[in-house]
This record gives sequence, structure tokens and C-alpha cells, in this order.
Amino acid sequence: MPQLDPRAAKATSVQAQDEGVSAEPQALKITAASSNPKMFTLPWSKPLATWPEELLANLPRGISRHVVRFVHVGDEVYAMKEITRPVAEREYELLRRLKKLDLPTVTPIAVVTGRHDDNGEPLEAILVTKHLKFSLPYRALFARNLRPDTAGRLIDALAVLMVRLHLTGFYWGDVSLSNVLFLRDADAFSAFLVDAETGDLHMNLTEGQREYDIDLARTNIIGELMDLSSGQLLPGEVDEIEIGNRLVERYHSLWSTLTDVDSFKPDEMWKIEKRVNKLNELGFYVDELEMKTSDDGNRLMVRPRVVDAGYASHKLLRLTGLDVQENQARRLLNDLDAYRASTWRQDEDLEIVATDWMREQFEPTVRMIPREYRTQIEPAQFFHEILDHRWFLAEKAGHDVPMGEAVASYIENVLPQYKIDRKAMDAIIADADAGVVDDEYTYGDDVISDDPDAAVWSH
Amino acid sequence: MEIKDGEFLVLVGPSGCGKSTTLRMLAGLEEVNKGRILIGGKDVTTMQPKDRDIAMVFQNYALYPHMTVADNMGFALKIAGTPKDEIRKRVEKAAEILDLTEYLDRKPKALSGGQRQRVAMGRAIVREPKVFLMDEPLSNLDAKLRVQTRTQIAALQRQLGVTTLYVTHDQTEALTMGDRIAVIKLGILQQVGAPTELYDRPANVFVAGFIGSPSMNINTHPVVDGKAKIGEDTISLPAEAVNKLTAEDNGQIVVGFRPEDASLATSDDPNAFSLKVVNVEDLGSDGFIYGNILTDGSAAEASTMMSDQNKLTTIRVNPRALPKVGDVVKIKIDPSKMHLFAPSTELRLN
Repeated sequence: MPQLDPRAAKATSVQAQDEGVSAEPQALKITAASSNPKMFTLPWSKPLATWPEELLANLPRGISRHVVRFVHVGDEVYAMKEITRPVAEREYELLRRLKKLDLPTVTPIAVVTGRHDDNGEPLEAILVTKHLKFSLPYRALFARNLRPDTAGRLIDALAVLMVRLHLTGFYWGDVSLSNVLFLRDADAFSAFLVDAETGDLHMNLTEGQREYDIDLARTNIIGELMDLSSGQLLPGEVDEIEIGNRLVERYHSLWSTLTDVDSFKPDEMWKIEKRVNKLNELGFYVDELEMKTSDDGNRLMVRPRVVDAGYASHKLLRLTGLDVQENQARRLLNDLDAYRASTWRQDEDLEIVATDWMREQFEPTVRMIPREYRTQIEPAQFFHEILDHRWFLAEKAGHDVPMGEAVASYIENVLPQYKIDRKAMDAIIADADAGVVDDEYTYGDDVISDDPDAAVWSH
Repeated sequence: MEIKDGEFLVLVGPSGCGKSTTLRMLAGLEEVNKGRILIGGKDVTTMQPKDRDIAMVFQNYALYPHMTVADNMGFALKIAGTPKDEIRKRVEKAAEILDLTEYLDRKPKALSGGQRQRVAMGRAIVREPKVFLMDEPLSNLDAKLRVQTRTQIAALQRQLGVTTLYVTHDQTEALTMGDRIAVIKLGILQQVGAPTELYDRPANVFVAGFIGSPSMNINTHPVVDGKAKIGEDTISLPAEAVNKLTAEDNGQIVVGFRPEDASLATSDDPNAFSLKVVNVEDLGSDGFIYGNILTDGSAAEASTMMSDQNKLTTIRVNPRALPKVGDVVKIKIDPSKMHLFAPSTELRLN
């Protein structure tokens, strides 16, 4: 792959090959991007669907055609997916490349091949990825009381993800809510790619590839929302088709902001700054700008050539070491600004003020997250929600409310909504298993060989 | 290249040969820099994918747990604004073909894995497109489901009569499913024809080695007095093939024969070669001998490494007459089933 970004080209030693080209390993083989020694102690000789309960983490899963489980491995939780070897290797390879390109995807951990059961019968390969902490499949977000615009906010996050992937040359081939995980990001969501089975990394995408991805995304999203609606999980006022169309609009508007050529008169140079500011507001920064004069010399043509995401999050990371989502970063930076103003330190270096803000504002607040919620809410999201809650309390009371009081009220009144109750969790897991096509353990005794129609098909 | 109405054409070749790119050009995902694509006489070369009336079949369809089987199959039509009774009609028709009629009002949960897979197929069928495009649709199914689905797709396609282009790296899939097969290597079309044509008369060394399992035995030998010299032995060659050899062939010829087209010969057979037996397999109905051809060790007799049996020559014989490992046996090739190629061009001579 000589034309690929060298970071992507050298991302992995795994090279997916067709069956028959390279033989299935005779003995267990783990190619891992982690040196977690606990990996070797797992029951690889058992079908994933039969792994013992005590190894599994009870986290919500999205719908999939394949058997997927969350597994405790030492201190970490890994997502395991049982698929054929070529598909597992291909997906691992692609995810490694996407990760090297700093794209929002799950982190691939390993491909496990050469699995055999105790009778020596071959088992499918397993792709291992790291569970994205605090993330939720869309189905779990619809399991509790929701703001009516949740579906719309998920779509906005998906549009950003698609644009970022397309800018890098990644054709997805199967865009859907199911193939994405969502992280709360202040008042919005961030979307992460979790399923790259059908994807492909190119130098640049053709319009046909982008349009196909968009069209498929629209169809899949509407289908997924119609499904939620059939299960009475979608607020009644939500129009599925309108939300599907929103993706197409959002995508196109973002794409054109990031890639269109602007044309200015030479005395309108300030418009360049305006364009750059608009990109920053959308969370992108311009890494390379192309400026050309028209042939008659009367116009200036400006086009961003290389844009990167994470404008605010990079800034916050540099100032505080906090690695958070883009909107959270923007919120935290605003609070940092407010802190700087309220302490009359506008003349001081922002780096120094940021250190004090961390020590005096951020850390004391997030230390108050009750232990049982520490796996459910990200510290930056907690901080953001406390700020919102304090504002809400202050408005109600007609005066400022101290931070401690806001935290106590938030923990008592708002935070419990974060928990998914057992019944909802069971329903989510049952939904996830309902569409698995290639594992007999998930659909009981009615295995393929007993399929009454199998005989019809075998002639 | 022309694909006839209702035809099932399989594009087959090793990875990186350009078969998926070809399919994606048809789908409108890759730009075409030379030539045109016509579907039903209409030029679609620059048309967007969704306007081409083609269906890419099951990338990875996930079934929706809360929808009935009927809704799972028909929801895309609903989005496209197809009238309700038309949707019902098409879904019922697809369900009948897929043997899902009695399950139409059930949820996916109540179905077996094979039935779930068929619902996913139904989703593509109800669109009733002009062309189905399938890119390795079986690659993410487990072995059991793969064989079952392979048969289903072929049967379905014949019932529906929709023109289908199917991409695979697996020559067995190609041979069992296609009306015609197009073999591609490094972006170049090697041969197009019916499965038996490709099997019986491969146009070049690549197709000969690629099509068929176990694959054809292919070796290069010197030609002496119009015969192929194999170690101490010689075998007769048809004169019209030998006459086609040119100076570039350096007095050599590529001889290919399928495992089933050779047999054990007596030790004094003048038209047989010697094989040192490395392994034997008794499958009950068939026996296989794997061995090394005894050569004089000259470079001219190097194996072309086309076979997938670790370069061993494979012969299918009566399992009741299997030699022992370590024996040297004589093998004769059925002269009417011999495949001869020019070493310089790798093209067929007979």
C-alpha cells in the first residue's frame, strides 16, 4: 500500500488473507497490541457464547450478527467478537490503521486464531477490542427517559464521525447506529466507530463512495429508529424519516464547510479569518490552507486542504493534561476562562491559571463522584453536568449556589438516572442476541441442522 | 464484456486481482477512467450508486429485534415511499421464495440462524433491482452456514432470474454457483466461460492451476524428439502442440493433468513416468497418492509451484490399489485429458 499515510501503512503486522492462501494456524495464535498476560488464561477452546458468567462484564451490547461478549481481562474490559479468520484479521488491520490516524474508533487489542474445541474441532477466530469506557450503544440510550432530541443529537455525532472518516479516505460500507458507540460529550454526543468489517482505507474517496455511505446510513438509521418505535422505545413525536434526512443535511453542510473553495476580493482578507473561526467553532482546526489568485488577479480563492478535529480538546489537553471529548473541552475551557476572570488574573499565563483551576475547581468536584458511579460517568461529563445543575439551581433560587451544594443536589436528584436497571439491561441483551445468525448457542435447540427448511435448500 | 440478462456471473481470482474493484465500478463506488458501463442499455458510467437500480447484497445486515420478519424485509421500501399493498405483495413473494411465509409475523428472536440469514436476503430481494452485486457475501458466515447459504443463493438467483455479479476468491464457490465464470489476475481478465469449459480447457497456466480442487498438477519438462522427458522416462505429446512451441520456449513444455486424469501403470509402460510416493489417503470412495516426480534434478524440470498440495503431484486412484509410502510407482496420463502450455507465454497449446 505505497500511497497510504505511512502511519497507517505501518500500523500492523497482520495482513488479512483469503482462506486457502494462508492456512489456518494449527495451534492457538494470539496477535496482540497489548501485553496483558491474562489473555492466555482465557477459555479459548470454548465457543464464546458458552464462556463462564464470572468472566463476563454486564455491559449493554448493541445488535450484531455475530456473538459478542464483554470480558474481564485483568483490570480491563475487552469486547470479543467471534467471526471468521479473514474477517477478524481484516478488521484488526483496519482498526489499527484508523487508530494510528487518530480517528475515533475502538482500540483493537488482538486477533485470536487457531482455536479448537476439546474434541479438536476448529472454532471461529475472535477479534478483541478494548471496551470504550463510559460508552453506550444507541439502544441503551433509549432505555430510559430521554430528552426528545436525543435521536437528533446522536445523528449529529454520527455526521461528524462520517465526515472525519471520509476526509481521511475511509469508506465504511455499513454505516448505522449499531456500528457506533456513543460517549456523552457535554450537551452533545461523540460517536466512535466499532465495526469496520466492510470498510476500506483509500487515499481519497470518490463521490460515489461517500454518497453510497450516506445513503446507506440514512436507510439504516431510519430502520433502527423504526425498530425502536416498534418496541415503544422511541418518544412518540420523533419522525424517523426526518431524523434520517437530518443526517444527510448535517453531513453535507459539514463537508462543504470543511472542503469548499471560498472566493474573496483582495480587500476582504478578514473573511479568511472568519472561515477559520467557523471551523474552530465546529471543533476542527486548519492544518494547511490553500490560497490562490484567480487568473485575472481580482479574486482570492481559499480552501482548507488539511483539517484536523479536536480543536478545543487539544487545547485543553495541552493546558491541563485532561483528555476529554470536544464539547466537554469547550465547556471546561469556558469555565477556565470564567475562573481566570473572576480571580482577576487576565495578565497571568493561561498555563499557570489552568494549574490552579485544576487544583481548586475541577479536582475537588470530580472527587465527589460517588464510588458506585465511577464506572458510569466520566469526570469531565460530571463536571459539565454540575455546572449546568448549579446554573439551574441558581436560576430557581434567584442567587448563586455554592459548588458543594450543587454537587450534593446533583448526586441526589440527577445522577441516579445514569443507572440502567436490571430489567432494562436484560431487554437490551435480549435485543442484541435476537439477530445473531451464525451461532447455534444463541438460539437454543433449533440449530441449523434441525432447520425444517434446510432440506428444501439442499437440492 | 457482456453479462446477459438473468445470468449469474462469478468474478474469481486471488486477493488484489481487481475483482472487487470491478464490482464497485458497477456499483458506482469507484470512478471509471476508461470505458463505459451500461445496465439494460442505459449508460450509468457517471451515475450515482442509488440511481443505478442495483442492489449490493448483504454487506452485513443486522436484523431489527422489535420488527416482525415482514417489516425487517420491507422497511427499506417503506422509506422509499412504496405503497403499503405493494410492499406487502413483494414481501409475501420474497417470503414464499425464501420459505419464510409462516414466519412473516414473528420476530427474529423466534427464528433459527439459517432463517435469520434468509430474512437478511429477503431485504435485498424485495427491492427487485435490475442487478444484484455480491462481494464475498459468505465471508463472514461460519463454515456450516456458508455451504447452506451458497446453495440458497444459487437456487434463489435462478428462481428470481435477476442478473447477478458475484465476487469471490474461492474457486469452489465459483464452480458451484456461476452460469459463467470470469477469472481475473492482476487486473487482467484471463478467461470467461462456463464452469466445465474452464475446468476442461483452461486457456492458460494460471486458470489451469486456479480452477479445480485438488488442483491440477503442472510441471515444466524438456521436449526431446517430440516427447516430454520426465527424469529417465518420456511421455508422448501430440505433434500439433509441440509444433506450436517457439524459440522462446527453450525446448521446454508445460504439462498439466488433473489428479483424476492419471492412473497407475505397469513398470514396463513406455509412456509413463515415475513417482516416489510421499503420502497416501484412503477416503473410501477415492484414494489419493501424493508424491514427487523422479527427475534428473536439472533446473529445466522445476515445478511451477502452481498446485496447493505442497508441490506434491497428486493422483486419484482406486483406494483398493493404493501403493505404500516410499514406493516408486509408474503413472500414465490420459492423453486426451492432457493440458499443454507454452512456457514463454503460458498459453494453451492443445
